[in-house]
Amino acid sequence: MRRYLIAYTFLTPALALLMVFTFYPIVMGLVMMFYDYTFLEPMRFVGLGNFERAFHDPDFLISLLHSIQYVIVVPPIQILSILVAILVNRRLFGISFFRTTYYVPVVTSMVAVAITWKWLYDSHGLLNYILQALHLVDKPVYWLTSKELAMPSVMMVTLWKGIGWYMLIYLAGLQSVPAELEEAAAIDGASRWQVFSKVTVPLLRPYVLFCTFMSILGALQVFEEIYVMTGGGPMKATLTVSVYQFYKAFGDYDFGYAAAVGMVVALLVAIFNLGMFRTLAKGGLRYY
Amino acid sequence: MKLFMVYFALLALALFAMGPFLWLLSTSLKTVGNVYAFPPQIIPWPVSFENYVGVWKALHLEKYVINTLHITAVGVVGTLLISALAAYPLARMHFPGREVVFVALLSTFVLPNPGGLIINFLTLQKMQLINTLSAVYLPSLATPFGIFLLRQAYLAIPAELEDAARIDGAGELTVWWRISLPLIKPSVATLAIFNFMGYWNSFLWPLIVLQDPDKYPIAVALQYLQGMFWDNFRLVAAGTMFSMVPVLVVFFSMQRYFISGVVGALK
Repeated sequence: MRRYLIAYTFLTPALALLMVFTFYPIVMGLVMMFYDYTFLEPMRFVGLGNFERAFHDPDFLISLLHSIQYVIVVPPIQILSILVAILVNRRLFGISFFRTTYYVPVVTSMVAVAITWKWLYDSHGLLNYILQALHLVDKPVYWLTSKELAMPSVMMVTLWKGIGWYMLIYLAGLQSVPAELEEAAAIDGASRWQVFSKVTVPLLRPYVLFCTFMSILGALQVFEEIYVMTGGGPMKATLTVSVYQFYKAFGDYDFGYAAAVGMVVALLVAIFNLGMFRTLAKGGLRYY
Repeated sequence: MKLFMVYFALLALALFAMGPFLWLLSTSLKTVGNVYAFPPQIIPWPVSFENYVGVWKALHLEKYVINTLHITAVGVVGTLLISALAAYPLARMHFPGREVVFVALLSTFVLPNPGGLIINFLTLQKMQLINTLSAVYLPSLATPFGIFLLRQAYLAIPAELEDAARIDGAGELTVWWRISLPLIKPSVATLAIFNFMGYWNSFLWPLIVLQDPDKYPIAVALQYLQGMFWDNFRLVAAGTMFSMVPVLVVFFSMQRYFISGVVGALK
């Protein structure tokens, strides 16, 4: 009895906070998406009304399309991270300096990153200057203010910030590959490419799975880089579901509808991941 | 020759990763007029700290720094204490309801939470905490991630040490504070560095719960500042440097915990 009390005394602060700020929101969020709720009026049950509304809402549909498109950043981030991890997975003079350099974007806040890049992308910015100086373009490129380029430009920032993070995870993975396995394969006459694709990559599989999962999750919920650099513009060209949900919830105080919109993203994440787990389970690791 | 290629690739990547920040640093050190110089100056000359002084004075940056320090300090210390306390019985004691607590914690990793930000906002509003700094850290003081990380650490230390202390008559709180907690210091450090970065860099949540710009932490203040000073990027650059330096200092001094944390979380 006394042990029981002690255990719960230790757990109480955590459980109380989790109850209020983690478990209750999960339940209430699931309930609220079936209601119409703003500050002004009491909650009103609308059933699937919010979802019906969402699928007739052109702004939502375009933001959904953009969120799905955003997943395009995942394969390049993963492939580049693996390549960088392989590059730095060797004993060389100064290697830890280089590794550290690559994490700096990771530990810096997305706001600082987004502000820096917004300036680099400016029509008078460094990027345009370099391109003009090299005579690659003859007039400034409107990276963030043209409808066609805004999305790829924002994606570039996500990619740039993500590489160091995934590189670190892949590096951990590479270092857990027993050197004997690779050596044995090499002695048996395997080429470097064969060792890599037949020995290293299969052993790296759980890491690829984890990283791909994380980056799909991040891509579908991308917020800060868009909010800071374009605010969803120009002309909604970079409006994604998270940005749209934010505007609906905290701009219009349209809480029930925003929760329903959030659920669509949650379902999308679930579908994407289910699909990915299936593909990888079949041994379809070819892309990596 | 091959080694030369490797170093070339390493250097090119370093320039890619650090280039934007070096440019930011260079811009922040430039004097009036140089920012639109064409061709742009890569190395600022003369070097001047006037933008740092300027942005600090013009915006009273000290208030944002104090807000950020407040949020980060309470957030990190609170998270560490709460997680270290909660993880202890989960690793060491058998009690009715343990499995339920465990499954509930695990479930948060998979359950969708479509209205998380919204419900927490409404809850804090009912508690009349909107527009206070405690609204910023309160919802993230207890996280299943922190509890699980520290539980793993407790499991890795031998229980005999704790039993010996109990036989000597120490109460459970003493055993935890004097014996167990010091033994899991590396994991606590890992959690501390992750939380430090999380709280210091947090943007969206403070933006939602704080209405008065004077209460903003520095990351949110920066966004606000770049709107006001878009025509004077040297000031924005200096302000951004101010926000980055503390995280970089903590990161460089605690790198090994950061790396072991990333690696450890995957095991």
